[in-house]
Amino acid sequence: MIKITELSKAFGSIGAVHEINLEIKKQEIIGIVGPDGAGKTTLLRMVCGLITPDHGQVLVMGKAPDRMEEEKDKLGYMPQRFSLYGDLTVSENINFFGSLYSLDKKTIQDRADEILGLTNLIAFKNRLADNLSGGMKQKLSLTCALVTRPDILVLDEPTYGVDPESRKEFWKILYRLNKEGKTILLSTPYMDEAELCMKVAFMDNGRIVSVDSPANMREKFSYTVLELKSSIKNSHVLRDIPGVIDAYFYGDSYHIVTPKDRDNLQFIEAALNERNIEVFKLEEIAPSIEDVFVSLAEKEVV
Amino acid sequence: MEDIIVTHDLTRSFGKFVAVSKLNLNIRCGEIYGFLGPNGAGKSTAIRMLCGILQPTSGTAQVLGYDLLNETEKIKRKIGYMSQKFSLYDDLSVEENLEFYAGVYEVPLKESKSRVAEMIEMANLTGREKEVVANLSGGWKQRLALGCAIISRPSLVFLDEPTSGVSPTSRRMFFNIIQGLANNGVTVMVTTHFMDEAERCNRIAFISGGRLMATDTPDNLKKNIIRGYLVELAVPDALEQVGRIEALPYVSECNIHGPLLHVLLEHESNAADLRTVTGVEPKMITPSLEDVFVTLAKS
Repeated sequence: MIKITELSKAFGSIGAVHEINLEIKKQEIIGIVGPDGAGKTTLLRMVCGLITPDHGQVLVMGKAPDRMEEEKDKLGYMPQRFSLYGDLTVSENINFFGSLYSLDKKTIQDRADEILGLTNLIAFKNRLADNLSGGMKQKLSLTCALVTRPDILVLDEPTYGVDPESRKEFWKILYRLNKEGKTILLSTPYMDEAELCMKVAFMDNGRIVSVDSPANMREKFSYTVLELKSSIKNSHVLRDIPGVIDAYFYGDSYHIVTPKDRDNLQFIEAALNERNIEVFKLEEIAPSIEDVFVSLAEKEVV
Repeated sequence: MEDIIVTHDLTRSFGKFVAVSKLNLNIRCGEIYGFLGPNGAGKSTAIRMLCGILQPTSGTAQVLGYDLLNETEKIKRKIGYMSQKFSLYDDLSVEENLEFYAGVYEVPLKESKSRVAEMIEMANLTGREKEVVANLSGGWKQRLALGCAIISRPSLVFLDEPTSGVSPTSRRMFFNIIQGLANNGVTVMVTTHFMDEAERCNRIAFISGGRLMATDTPDNLKKNIIRGYLVELAVPDALEQVGRIEALPYVSECNIHGPLLHVLLEHESNAADLRTVTGVEPKMITPSLEDVFVTLAKS
């Protein structure tokens, strides 16, 4: 559906996106995951044809996004910040958005109920957008992006700053849309949302560090993570133990990263005892998607 | 442990809108206290009141033993504050920014030099002292902003969403530094809406709609809030199954989680029933903080 080749964009001396290659297949949910400033928004805007790349190419269904005049209704875009009209009602916003795409009134009316039903907003049809909660505003933005019945949805941080419950509900809607055949490309700053995508592209400093399914990424992760509860006050002690790749502070415990090896739990425990470090608890835990990301970005200069 | 912040029914309204409603908090000396909640929950309003920048509508608080209503100037002098936007001067170097903040916080001139050196060491900024801030990446800026915020050696530091624009690798380094501060007795209050960041705090408070929903250690919240037995279920076609599973009498909640379902059962013994119904072996999982807050938000 979307093919991105060697795509680059710089703003002055700041390289926002560096030589990105990415292919998105039909009916995939692919998440661009990375911290703020990684280049996610710039990438998505280039996919939508809102920004012209310096180098490289984007093809959406075989066409450059800025040449998609006839097919522009095939692509629905939801920008990062709420860009609807607060003093219009939910329905009025949909009408307005539909007319921007030159849909006639009747078509918009017919579709409005259908898409409001999909996003569970039907009861709020006549409410002013200003009076919606954060989560509902995001749903309204999504509803508006659906008015042209696009095949591809490009969503820029659709769940940013929304409470956890609304985030779950939003994802439920995305899965439903996906099941109906829509291809979804979205960005998120939440590491944990990476696990909800079929495929994840980790982005850091304008580059895609890795693309794969979350399950495969975990599989390829070649370390074991141990959780330690102890009286020690500083992770430096742990880092000095041979075989410890990284150790970091985590609330009232420490996480220790070691190579995948069956005995390393015993080995670390022995090393801790040798150093007179009191161990309250030491056990293997499942690596988080953040652990995976960090191991992928290992060579990054911080 | 002594309390460094105590609030009593702290409230702030803007017109009819109640941004923070009857907040009661006890924050202990030397702890890393996370303040968690969605945008607009009232996090920043609460922090701004505790810093003495914003007057409460009602309620009282003691910060560092001072009265929040009458001794705001004393409080302001003794705290450090790092804003979301880092407030650094792009055209000044790392060193110059630190010198500038040393001046703002009235660090004695003869101490300024050693204090700047101390911050560079503490915040892992060695090697780029003369670099102009504009050329630094997010992680470096974040650590420099922290250095600037604590150059006066405050015993209480407020960090307002300190990790925007920061990669996970830098974030880990940042929290290791924060822990170093806490070990030296500094109390750190940090706001965030990232659950994984909240996990790194000693205790967290979750606020929503201006109200405190819960406060405890991450471990205790995970243990105590969710009543029931959480399992992961790898059913084919998870989306289609949600409704059916939710309708089972012993299922309190069912959420889709990528290709999997998370099902909250009333009792451990229901796992066998669930297996019979679905033909898939349920796997017990520890609830995440996110699960906890979804439960809280519903209660």
